[in-house]
Amino acid sequence: MRDALRLYLHYVRVSIRSQLQYRAAFVMTSIGVFLITASEFVAVWALFDRFGQVHGWTLPEIALFYGMISITWALCDAIGRGFELFGTMIKEGNFDRLLLRPRSTVLQLLGQELTLRRVGRLLQGMLVLGYAAAAGTIDWTGPRVVLLVASIACGVCAFLGVVVLQATSAFWTVDSLEVWNAFTYGGVTMSQYPLAIYRSWFRGLFTYAIPLGCVNYFPGVAILGRADPLGTPALVGWIAPLAGPVFLIVCLQVWRIGVRHYRSTGS
Amino acid sequence: MMAAVRPGPLRPYLAIVSARFRMLLQYRSAALAGLFTQAFFGVTLIMIYEAFYRSSAASAQPMVFAQVVSYVWLAQALLAMLPWNADAEVRAMVRSGAVAYELCRPIDLYGLWYARAVAQRTAPTMLRAAPMAVFAAIGLPLLGLGEWRLEPPASLAAGAGFAAALACALALACAISVLINISLLWTVSGDGIVMLVATAVSLLSGLVVPLPMFPEWAQPILRWLPFAGLADLPFRIYNGHIAPGGLALALAQQLGWTIALIALGRRLLGRGLRRLVVQGG
Amino acid sequence: MPQIVVEGLVKTFQIAERTPGLWGAVRGLARRRYRAVRALDGVSFSIERGELVGYIGPNGAGKSTTVKALSGILVPDAGRCEVAGRVPWRQRIAHVAEIGVVFGQRTQLWWDLPVVESFELLRDIYRVPQARYARSRDAMIALLDLEALLDVPVRQLSLGQRMRCDLAAALLHAPAILFLDEPTIGLDAVSKLAVRDFVKRLNRDEGVTVILTTHDMDDIEALCTRVIVIAGGKILSDGALAELRARVTRERWLTVDLVDAGGAIDEPDAKEIRREGHRVCLAFDPQVVTPAELIRRVTSRHAIRDLFVENPPIETIIARLYEAHGGSAGAPDGALDRTPDGDPDRSPG
Repeated sequence: MRDALRLYLHYVRVSIRSQLQYRAAFVMTSIGVFLITASEFVAVWALFDRFGQVHGWTLPEIALFYGMISITWALCDAIGRGFELFGTMIKEGNFDRLLLRPRSTVLQLLGQELTLRRVGRLLQGMLVLGYAAAAGTIDWTGPRVVLLVASIACGVCAFLGVVVLQATSAFWTVDSLEVWNAFTYGGVTMSQYPLAIYRSWFRGLFTYAIPLGCVNYFPGVAILGRADPLGTPALVGWIAPLAGPVFLIVCLQVWRIGVRHYRSTGS
Repeated sequence: MMAAVRPGPLRPYLAIVSARFRMLLQYRSAALAGLFTQAFFGVTLIMIYEAFYRSSAASAQPMVFAQVVSYVWLAQALLAMLPWNADAEVRAMVRSGAVAYELCRPIDLYGLWYARAVAQRTAPTMLRAAPMAVFAAIGLPLLGLGEWRLEPPASLAAGAGFAAALACALALACAISVLINISLLWTVSGDGIVMLVATAVSLLSGLVVPLPMFPEWAQPILRWLPFAGLADLPFRIYNGHIAPGGLALALAQQLGWTIALIALGRRLLGRGLRRLVVQGG
Repeated sequence: MPQIVVEGLVKTFQIAERTPGLWGAVRGLARRRYRAVRALDGVSFSIERGELVGYIGPNGAGKSTTVKALSGILVPDAGRCEVAGRVPWRQRIAHVAEIGVVFGQRTQLWWDLPVVESFELLRDIYRVPQARYARSRDAMIALLDLEALLDVPVRQLSLGQRMRCDLAAALLHAPAILFLDEPTIGLDAVSKLAVRDFVKRLNRDEGVTVILTTHDMDDIEALCTRVIVIAGGKILSDGALAELRARVTRERWLTVDLVDAGGAIDEPDAKEIRREGHRVCLAFDPQVVTPAELIRRVTSRHAIRDLFVENPPIETIIARLYEAHGGSAGAPDGALDRTPDGDPDRSPG
């Protein structure tokens, strides 16, 4: 395990050095990403300026959910690039090279790139979270801070699981990978608002099937110290994030099935 | 399927359109996947707006909920038409320096790039807009979600006006797209300008949030920027927010900007090519 | 006990069919058709430690499928395979740690990195202890003359330089078996010789078992004492190169340079198979007319500036072998052209 971590850190060092070779482009793109994501929050702000609140939730409260999910997705998007590009890798026949190395394919794909330009979205997320902390009425106790960090970590696991599923589907059909964007980018958009405002079937999808709600909404409610309009007990907010890593483990098993399928049907 | 083509200047562009159609049809699963993703997005966004509208007095809002719904679906349907990116081939040409050779050829480079921009948008837009509209108008009610369906245009005049505004929007989108291409002559990596334009396009055309939702003080500015003509104006003609009487002004705004940006583009292209030659590529 | 044992390997693939044109694409929306392709149809052979084996066949014959099965990437439908006591696809990680693979057309090095940094990453991937890595690395640098290339990013290397680096990279973890797939493709003459020389020495001095898959017959002739020919998923021939030659044809070629370009050569026991300006090539059976006799006849009737006698090039031999087994659409007897650098004609199927 430690050996795998050592290799991963080596990969990360290499990836960072590789990207910093194109420093100017990296800076430009990061700024660009920041501007795009910032403009998205401007739109949210505009809606609150018009409507004042949504189902009783105010802008600072939304900003907590929004900031958390931005940070979560930025981190996942940075780590999971190898899986995101897997469709191309399969198409170009480069997956064989990974199988020819005495390492797990997951480790090699995670190590392929740590995409630095996601820092634009990371910065946006932190600023929005900062706004939520400053403008809101959150009582930042020790446990709540831990919950915040843990939720983000578990959130990264959850989204990584979706990204892994997306890559796995490339073993069967390289063309429909876009479908998973509904759950990654769509999942991000969905998570920016409290789960409570959506229809019950939509909530169910994101609680029990793809537990993106478990890693953002429920802990967010606990951090806000609010009662959940859906009526779930307060404890749920503290243990729901665990659904993230559990989901990821399940997705990795599906990945294994995909690799097995690839190895028996050839490229 | 394609009508017989008279040989001449039109053929290469029709070839691009035909090739795109063919490619997109082959990847039917890709098409369905894209449709699903956009439908999912549309539904999510509509639920969010629905929550907002349920939370306050509807009369205070610039658009009624049904108009917002139409706006959202039109945005999903016509996403491919907007100028998001530089033409990949042009980017490669600029990077390799081959674009300087274009100065030696007796062709209208701006016209070529503009026609390419039009050709490249036609196939993907048509192949996405039609199924998207069908889903939004008919599929949703079948799924029991009729309250979120895409309604027909507010009136016959609105429908006709929408068609005209859409054509103008396409012309405008291509003018902006070619400007993005031209910007590559100055910055080789090009990503910075492209992202800036993409941000401006998405925010200021109403794709992130309908323009009327922005604060009142911002409305005059937004109204007169070129980006409004890309999506906001045609969509609001469709859903009746712009009454048929305002049609002429809207079209004039779109066309005005289109002409201005084409003129600017031509000027900058000439200058950019000369600069490239002076620099030695 | 052979190092590599392959017995009765069978593998069938399902290939999707696509109809061309715009109308075909629209129809493709409705349904997709598949056809079954038998890539391996009972392939068997065994290889001892330290052998240098050529594995050749037309495109689509099953070469890469066999290599994929041997390297553990692909799981066959039936058959047995053991490499160094392991079943490759059952113990992938343990197995690939002991083999090296070089693809001629792809690099396994990291594109943006200096070569030596790729080496270091591979060291960590293969868990090679630092001391052993340093020894391997230094040996490779010396043997392949890589000193000047170590700090160059891979994207800036020429094809020949990249191939040398790829060879080194594949051997850093001291594998017992090396698979080479088209290692000299696209290389200039000097680089080809360097690669061949290196592989020969590696096999001779270090005892590394080498399996060479290639279309370049010069590689085969230079390196391989043993050649396995596969076509249509079946092994057509397995043995020494000389045996293969003798098996297929006794034919030999006489090439003469005429003084007068136009002269027709009309010999009853020889067939003209090629004419290029002054140079004419005749095919003959040495058991029907001896080389000496044929030379005497031709020189007595024509003014000759120069001549030589040779065996038909190995590509011709191979192509005749494929044809004999109902293989690809080859040209009739003896009329195949040998391209200047030895690349064979591209046969379909």
